[in-house]
Amino acid sequence: MSMFTTRGIKVGHDKRTSTLQPVRIEHCQTVTLLMKQHIGAPCKPAVKLGDIVDRGQIVGDTDAALAAPIHASISGVCKRIEMIRVPSGEDVQAVVIESDGEMRPAANLEPPKAETREDFFAAVRQSGLVGLGGAGFPAHAKLRSACGEANILLVNAAECEPYITTDHREALDKGDNVIAGIRAICAHLDIKDAVIGIESNKGDAIEKLRALSLWNSSEGLKISVGVLPSRYPQGAEKMMIDSLTKRTVPLGKLPSAVGALVMNIGSVAFIGRYLQDGKPLVSRTVTVDGGAVHTPMNVRVPIGIGLRELIEFCGGLDHPPAKIILGGPMMGSASPNLDTVISKCNNSLLLFTREQAEGESESACIRCGKCVAGCPMRLMPCVLEAAYRTGSTEILRRRDVAGCIECGSCSFVCPAKRELVQRMRMGKRLVREEDERRREAERT
Amino acid sequence: MSEPEKETPQVMVSTSPHIRSGRTTRGIMMDVCLALMPALAASLWHFGVRALALTALSVTACVLLEFLSRKIMKRPQTVGDWSAVVTGILLAFNLPVTLPFWIVPIGAAVAIVVVKQMFGGIGQNFVNPAITARIVLTVSFAGEMTKWAQPSGAKLFWASDAIATATPMAALAAGKLPKEGLIEMLIGSRSGSLGETCALALLLGAVYLCLFRVIRPLIPAVYIGTVALFAFVAGGFNGQLVLYELLGGGLILGACFMATDYSTCPIHWKGKLVFALGCGLLTGLIRFYGNMPEGVSFSILLMNLLVPLIENITAPKAFGKERKRHAKA
Repeated sequence: MSMFTTRGIKVGHDKRTSTLQPVRIEHCQTVTLLMKQHIGAPCKPAVKLGDIVDRGQIVGDTDAALAAPIHASISGVCKRIEMIRVPSGEDVQAVVIESDGEMRPAANLEPPKAETREDFFAAVRQSGLVGLGGAGFPAHAKLRSACGEANILLVNAAECEPYITTDHREALDKGDNVIAGIRAICAHLDIKDAVIGIESNKGDAIEKLRALSLWNSSEGLKISVGVLPSRYPQGAEKMMIDSLTKRTVPLGKLPSAVGALVMNIGSVAFIGRYLQDGKPLVSRTVTVDGGAVHTPMNVRVPIGIGLRELIEFCGGLDHPPAKIILGGPMMGSASPNLDTVISKCNNSLLLFTREQAEGESESACIRCGKCVAGCPMRLMPCVLEAAYRTGSTEILRRRDVAGCIECGSCSFVCPAKRELVQRMRMGKRLVREEDERRREAERT
Repeated sequence: MSEPEKETPQVMVSTSPHIRSGRTTRGIMMDVCLALMPALAASLWHFGVRALALTALSVTACVLLEFLSRKIMKRPQTVGDWSAVVTGILLAFNLPVTLPFWIVPIGAAVAIVVVKQMFGGIGQNFVNPAITARIVLTVSFAGEMTKWAQPSGAKLFWASDAIATATPMAALAAGKLPKEGLIEMLIGSRSGSLGETCALALLLGAVYLCLFRVIRPLIPAVYIGTVALFAFVAGGFNGQLVLYELLGGGLILGACFMATDYSTCPIHWKGKLVFALGCGLLTGLIRFYGNMPEGVSFSILLMNLLVPLIENITAPKAFGKERKRHAKA
C-alpha cells in the first residue's frame, strides 16, 4: 500500500546554518513590539509615551482568554505608539521602544510559582509564550485545552521547512531546558509519555536527544525520540501525530481528539527555562539565510527588532533582496519591504536573490496528479482549484477543502506552476463565507 | 556589499510557497519525446527513411496547427510546452509506413484542432488526440490505413517499394501463430504501425519515464498484465500465444505512452487501476471475440470516456475522514 500512498513531498534542505550556534544581539537601537503576535485577541498597550521600561516588563496585555502578554525586549523609553502594517496586510498597534543601551532587566523577575496546575497555566500565560514554531497559538490556552484530554506529549523538532535550523540548534544547545520543559508539562497535565519528533536529517541532534531522554526517563515519565522521515511536511501536527503514534486526527478535529498534545521544541525549552529563572519571552532564535544576505547565521534577537538592524548584524546585503520572507520558504509570508519587525513566531528571515525568487509563470493544468500524490491530507488540489475557479462550493465541500493545512506541497510540485494552495485558501474562505451567510439567513 | 538602506524597491511579493520544484510542463513533454526516441530509431531501422519522414511531417503539422489554433482563438500561445511534439510523434507511430503523406496533416488536424484545441487545449481534452486521430483515419481511409509493409531496412522511402504483408495480429485473429519468431517480435522486425513494432525500444522508453517519475508503472503494468491474463485464459492456456498477443499489436505503445496520457487517464492511483483493468479487458474482448484483429485504440478511447465516472467513484478520502479506528487511544 505504502508505495501508492506515500504522502508529502521531497524538498531541498538547504540547512547550511545548522552548524552555527546562535549569536546573541547584545545591543539593539529600537524595537517595535506588535500588540498582536499570536492567534487571538490583540493586546492593549500597558505603557504610555515617554515611559521608561525595563527588559521583561509587560508593555501590552488584555483580559481576553486567547492572548498572551507582550514584554519589553530591551530597556529604554517608549517613543511611539502607532499603527503598523504587517506582511499579512493587517494593521496592528505597536509600541516602539528606543534603547538606553543598558538592557536593564525588570526588577520583579523571579521564578514563578508553579505548584498547582492553575499556577502553572497562569505562569505560562504571564511568560508571554506563544507557539514558537510559527503558528503563534498562545501556549497557556493550548495547555489548558489539552488538560485531561492528552495522554501523550509530542515535542515537535521536525523542522521540515528548508533553510530553518532554529529547532535543530534548540535540540543541540538547550537539551536540558527541553527535558525540564517536558517534565513540567507532563507533571502538570498528568502525561506519562513524551516523544520528541525529529526528522532523520538531523543526526547529531537525534543522538544528543536520545542520550538525554534515556537519562531522564523514569517510571512515571517515558521520554523517547521518534525519528521522522525527512519528507515535507512531517512537522505538520496531523502528520507528526500519524507518524509517531499511528493515531489519525479526524478531519476538522484538533490533536486533543486523539489524546495528543503537540508543542514546538523551542516552546518546550522556553517553559523549562522560564520555570527556573522567570525571564519572560523577550528574545528568540531566528535563522537568517538566503542568497542576498552576506553572512547566513542563527541569531538570538530581541523580539521586535527591525529587519534592517538584523540584516546589518548579519553583515548586510550582498545583493538587493528580490524577496523578503518571514518564516520558511514553504509557508512563510513575503514582506513588500524591510520596514517590518521580528515577532514571537518568526523563526526565520530569508532574503532571496532574483534567481532564487523568480519562477516560471503559470500555465494550464495538465492533470499530472503530482499535487494529489503529494498532498499530505489526501486532498485533490487540482480538482479543488478548478472548483474554486468555477465558484462551486458544492464540490469544495464534497472534496473537503476545509481539510487543507496550507503546507504548499501542491504548489511546490506543480509542473504548470499553478497557485494551487492559494486557490485552496480562497476556496476555504468561499465555503466559510457561505456558511456565515446561511447562519445569517437562519437567524433572520 | 550594499547597506540595507540602499536596497532597490523591486521586491516581489507573493503567497507561499516561495520555492518551486524544477519540474515544468515543457520538461515533462521533452522527457516523453526523449523516451520515444529509441522506438523512432527502431522504426527507422526497420521501415526506412519513410518512417522518419512521416514522423517529421506529423510533428511539423501538429506544432503548426497548435500554433495557428491558439493564434486564431486569441489564446495565450502554448506551442512552447512541447505537448504538440509528443502528439505528433505518437500520431506518426500509429500510422502504417506506406501511408500517403497527404493524409498525415488530416490526422494532425483531428488530433490538435478538433480533439485538443476545440476543447480548451492542453489538459482539457477528454480523449487521447493521437488515438482519436488514428481511429478517424482508419475509418476514413480504411485501405491506406491497413496497408502493412514488411520491414525492409533503411532504404524504403517510396510507398510503392514496400512489400505488402499481414500483421501478426491478423494471423492471431485467424487462429494461427504469426510467421515471425518471438525474438523478431521483440526487436520489432514485423509489420505494423511504424512506431509500435519494437517492444524492446518502447519498454526502454517506458522505464526511463518511470525512473524519472514522469509516469508511474501502474497503468502499463496492469494493462499489459490484464491482457496477458485474458489471453492466457481465452487462448486455452498457451504461453506462447500470450507472448505473441503482448508483442503483436500496439499494446506496448498504447499501454506505456497512450493510456498514461495525463489528460485522459484518472489522477488517483485507484482510478488508474480501474482504468487500466478496463483497457485490458476491452482489448482482450475485442481481440478474441470482436471483428477486428486489434483493439488497443478503441479500448483506450472507450476508457477515456469513462474517466470522469471512474474519478467520481475512486476519489481519495481526505486524511482523517475515512476511519474512526484510533478515536482516542
